[in-house]
Amino acid sequence: MQQEISGSAVISLLVDNESGALARIVELFSGRGYNIQSLTVAPVDEQGTTSRVNIVTTGTPSAIGQVKVQIERLVPVSRVVNLSDAGPYVAREMALVKVVSSGESRTEALRIAEAFRARAVDTTATSFVFELTGSSDKLDSFIDLMRPLGLAEVSRTGVASICRGPKTIQNF
Amino acid sequence: MMSTTAHAPTTTALSGAEVLMRALIEQGVEVIFGYPGGAVLPIYDALFKQSHIRHILVRHEQAAVHAAEAYARSTGKVGVVLVTSGPGATNAVTGLLDAMMDSIPLVCLSGQVPTALIGNDAFQEADTTGITRPVTKYNYLVRRPEDLAPAVHEAFAIARSGRPGPVLVDLPKNITVGDAPYIGAQDIRPRTTKVRTQPEREAVARAVAAMKGAKRPLFYTGGGIINAGPQASEALRRLVDMTGFPVTSTLMGLGAFPGTDKRFLGMLGMHGTYEANLATHGCDVLIALGSRFDDRVTGRVNAFSPGSFKIHVDIDPSQINKIVHVDEGIVGDVGAVIDMMIEEWEHQPAATHEADLAAWWAQIEGWRALDCLRFTQDGAADAIIKPQQAISRIYELARETRRETYVSTEVGQHQMWAAQFFRFDSPNRWLTSGGLGTMGYGLPAAVGAQVAHPDALVMDIAGEASTLMNIQELGTIAQYRLPVKIFIINNHYMGMVRQWQELLHGSRYSESYSDALPDFVKLAESFHARGLRVTRLDELDNTIRQALAHDGPVMVDICVAEGENCFPMIPSGAAHNEMILGPEQESSGAEVSTEGRMLV
Ligand SMILES: Cc1ncc(C[n+]2csc(CCOP(=O)(O)OP(=O)(O)O)c2C)c(N)n1
Ligand SMILES: [Mg+2]
Repeated sequence: MQQEISGSAVISLLVDNESGALARIVELFSGRGYNIQSLTVAPVDEQGTTSRVNIVTTGTPSAIGQVKVQIERLVPVSRVVNLSDAGPYVAREMALVKVVSSGESRTEALRIAEAFRARAVDTTATSFVFELTGSSDKLDSFIDLMRPLGLAEVSRTGVASICRGPKTIQNF
Repeated sequence: MMSTTAHAPTTTALSGAEVLMRALIEQGVEVIFGYPGGAVLPIYDALFKQSHIRHILVRHEQAAVHAAEAYARSTGKVGVVLVTSGPGATNAVTGLLDAMMDSIPLVCLSGQVPTALIGNDAFQEADTTGITRPVTKYNYLVRRPEDLAPAVHEAFAIARSGRPGPVLVDLPKNITVGDAPYIGAQDIRPRTTKVRTQPEREAVARAVAAMKGAKRPLFYTGGGIINAGPQASEALRRLVDMTGFPVTSTLMGLGAFPGTDKRFLGMLGMHGTYEANLATHGCDVLIALGSRFDDRVTGRVNAFSPGSFKIHVDIDPSQINKIVHVDEGIVGDVGAVIDMMIEEWEHQPAATHEADLAAWWAQIEGWRALDCLRFTQDGAADAIIKPQQAISRIYELARETRRETYVSTEVGQHQMWAAQFFRFDSPNRWLTSGGLGTMGYGLPAAVGAQVAHPDALVMDIAGEASTLMNIQELGTIAQYRLPVKIFIINNHYMGMVRQWQELLHGSRYSESYSDALPDFVKLAESFHARGLRVTRLDELDNTIRQALAHDGPVMVDICVAEGENCFPMIPSGAAHNEMILGPEQESSGAEVSTEGRMLV
């Protein structure tokens, strides 16, 4: 057998919004040794009975294939899509980034924030909180650039994702 | 929650416990294996007041689950367990995992503290749904009265649909005490619709085309065929008749194809037969039917059946390509797939490899001629009995009774010998803990089988160590006068552990000696059963006959040779063609790789 190359994938799923449902999903990952890089979850229907979960995971294509079929076995899960495998999709994440600095670093931070279209949602004489939305890569580079400029704290949401075009998770 | 299609609760107020009874009766439940306690008192009260469901009082909750497993596996019905909160539920955990691993349909009802106390470390509170989540197919904590009946109905639907498994329903005491609406099974839509039972025709056609072109084909059948029901076993027999292909089986699949049929090569895997393992290694088309490429079967995965075209039929899509890459994966009920294979076989042009198939059979007969299960029994009247001799004689003498027979086992060498020497001609007769290998399974399993089949011959082939793990079930056996025959293959060792220590750890028998054993005869007698002991060859047959003829429970202490090893054996980490056949080949474990030594 050929050595498979490990990569990351975004898996989106719909799950009944009941107690223990998220634990079931998370325990499946830990119990079977799969990796969760990020996870987001929120109700998405009118009645609030269905939640969408987006999981960024890493592994070989066959391991990720296993992740998908294992999740499909869970009773409260009604849909599972490996978005990375199902055509073009959008994946976005939001970060709140706190930078504490003064003088030149402070102006430099503000300049970079502008270039990234990050908004300063809190400002004091010695600090900023920037809000930035984009791909995880974009957030990574913004945070990297802030590091020497007084990066103090980061809070990230994890990825929300959806496929492009009229197709929905229900059509897979 | 599942959706309910109607909200027409009955007008007469029922308590939650009464609603539960009604739901169980509607689900066709006849027997519950259980043990009472504070949190389930309302349920026991409701049980007391009805007459449809029989309750079997076990002596430990783990035993309740194993008994229900054997009940389920020997009848094809869903087994039902009732336990109290806290320790009752935690005692059930091993049994639930056992059922999960062996795909046994169960519903376990557990008591819980009232919803208002959940999270307060109340007396006998346990996070039962949290603890059992990884060991069940699904579980519920019923928080609202209106969810009770739907949860019970859905639990049964989930337990039996697709790949069967255990489902737990946790019932807070306020829910069973308070009023609850009854909702019938026809008024809920259970969430089991994702299961695909009908296979894809094209995939089956491709598989059959590969089978038609096979020169060295082999069926590798598993417990899925048993789960698919007796008609799947019937269909398998027809398919084998049509194709003339050889058949090997996993531990869990024994009986799906007749063990006495010439086309059956015996079990494959770690303690499988020479002919089954070499056929697996050398076949060019391997047809896996309801089996899951377990590590006990495959040995070293990258050396498993190299070069064969692999077809894998399973109702659980997650099993396909999980361990071994297959060429044709077919998702569906294995019975439906076999039926379709039969149609395709009739429909497609005749196979052209008659001569090759004959040559394949000749090769197999050559392997078979080695008689890999042979053992040497000293024939002297007072000779020490070999465990293989004991087990093969139990098999032969039980056969002579011509009774409908169910056999449970504990875990260890005796289990493997039983798998090798017993030849099951029907499905649902063989009750053993395969996936989890749970010592203590056999005695309660015999209870469950005997409750399900009161007139049948039920035997437990036991090891002296394993049987002590649930020995308290002698009490259940006595209470219900269950005429089970317990044969203890007493080698004074945790034999399978001793064998591994001999082969892999330089014969350092660390903690594997069965010291301070009870007198099993007196033990049996103290539980109002018959106790027998045999120590010499010339008394073996008679003792077994006596046990089989006794119309009540019997426990036979068969004192056997201590140092015997179970062969053939594929050492861990080795390939099928690297099997050890007998003591002449066994060495100090030098041929076992470091990786092999790390395997379980
Ligand atoms: C609950 C449990 N604990 C430990 C083991 C590990 N184990 C497997 S076989 C075995 C020895 C069984 O001894 P015995 O019942 O006497 O059977 P024998 O192998 O001697 O036939 C042990 C300890 C197990 N399978 N299950
Ligand atoms: Mg023993």
